[in-house]
Amino acid sequence: MRLEYFQLIDRIVDLDLAKSTIRCEAKVPTTSTIFEGHFPGYPLMPGVLLIETMAQTAGWLVVAANRFERMPFLAAVKEAKLRTFVMPGQTLDATGEIKHEGSGYAIAAAAIAAGGKTVCDATLTFRIVPFPNAEMNEQMRARAIEIGYPMGAPADG
Amino acid sequence: MSSTFDTIANIIAETCDIPRESIKPESHAINDLGIDSLDFLDIAFAIDKAFGIKLPLEQWTQEVNDGKASTDQYFVLKNLSARIDELVAAKGA
Repeated sequence: MRLEYFQLIDRIVDLDLAKSTIRCEAKVPTTSTIFEGHFPGYPLMPGVLLIETMAQTAGWLVVAANRFERMPFLAAVKEAKLRTFVMPGQTLDATGEIKHEGSGYAIAAAAIAAGGKTVCDATLTFRIVPFPNAEMNEQMRARAIEIGYPMGAPADG
Repeated sequence: MSSTFDTIANIIAETCDIPRESIKPESHAINDLGIDSLDFLDIAFAIDKAFGIKLPLEQWTQEVNDGKASTDQYFVLKNLSARIDELVAAKGA
């Protein structure tokens, strides 16, 4: 994870478009300027970044399902539960599943576990729109390769 | 068995916390009921599930933006009900 750059997913471990599921790995850094404020003397992974991590996990799945032709933007977070603290240095196991693919939107369930224990979960709504510009599309494709987007999946349509 | 309109009206009432009695077949979801696009996603999700269809929201939006259709055709609830009935019939054909 590079918290300051919002790069929260380190590696796609598994992506199954037939089952509409994804599993990603993300290691919380041991140091970050964010921990200087959250909280002084007691560094914790902010809950909003855990929600963002779930959104990015499910988001990569939605990007893949849309063959990198359209981009999901987070529109709603429902039933988000932050069940336990996440500390610097912990390795997170983030999972996502598309529950419904509508016209221009998708509903996904996402969760994060650490050490086999669920630390948070939520239901996420994404608006799905054409990429705003070609540069963003290229950046997403480049980032996908960096985090191990599986070659067998339709990255190029 | 409730009508398509009743099902939609109940979904809207529950999803958007709008009094059921204020939702009429002539109501325009956006102009009369004040439903915004994000709330309409929740309604679309519930309709998709309830009727086993996929509301073609993107196609409708495109038609409205292109001036080929008015929002009344899709967002006045009696018209929305008719569109849903068509989609359900097409699914079963």
